[in-house]
Amino acid sequence: MTALIFLIFAGIAVFCGVNLVVQTHPIASALSLIGVMGSLAVLYLQLGGEFIAAAQVIVYAGAIMVLFVFVIMLLNAGAETPTFQVSRFVKYLGAILLAFFLGLISFIIQGALPKSEGVLFGTFQGTALDVGRKLFTTYLLPFEVTSVLILIAIVGAIVLARKEV
Amino acid sequence: MVPNAPVPLSWYLILSAILFALGVAGFIFRRNIITVFMSIELMLNAVNLSFVTFSYQFKQVDGHIYSFFVMVVAAAEAAVGLAIILTVFKNRATLMIDEVNSMKY
Repeated sequence: MTALIFLIFAGIAVFCGVNLVVQTHPIASALSLIGVMGSLAVLYLQLGGEFIAAAQVIVYAGAIMVLFVFVIMLLNAGAETPTFQVSRFVKYLGAILLAFFLGLISFIIQGALPKSEGVLFGTFQGTALDVGRKLFTTYLLPFEVTSVLILIAIVGAIVLARKEV
Repeated sequence: MVPNAPVPLSWYLILSAILFALGVAGFIFRRNIITVFMSIELMLNAVNLSFVTFSYQFKQVDGHIYSFFVMVVAAAEAAVGLAIILTVFKNRATLMIDEVNSMKY
């Protein structure tokens, strides 16, 4: 069951990732990216990351992607106009080479990793309680620095998006 | 398929590597500035998957916290980056990165 769910959602993630790169219209790319993020949230849940799966859906798919879609619609971004033509032969060759390259990556990672017992759903649960306790004890300073970073980002975004720049 | 067979840890890392490679490809080959930006987000997501996978292996939640920080930085980056894209579009009326090739317009 774990393997089946992994294969389904990994397939969706890879399909949406390829779709993100090959689509010419930005709104299609944005929707593909939402598909990647949703399937990754399922995989996080499978790996025992309850909190991070929820944060993935809320922060990434909910907030960041809405911002992206909003900007795409605000700027009325159309499809990319190709600046050079690529022949059909080169496209097929590129697809074959890409598949070969990805297979090579998989082979290298498979060979470099030591044997481990594998992932079973339910073996490890990183609950929100554990994450919160660690975040506010061990990682308290990075957490506070992050709040300053976000403040700077807000001010920077407002300054950049003003009328006269 | 054997019911409840464990998934090898390397599958997650391979998926992460494939998504990262796709993000790099999008970053290099796309010319729309918004799509390039989304490719960066895809790369960040791929790295997050690696963090959570290693977190599972060590049975510690540190990896979750790292990916949480990555998410926060991605949110800040998206806000500032999209503001920059808005400004570029207002000044030059284009989103193609090939035409945005000078610092001063």
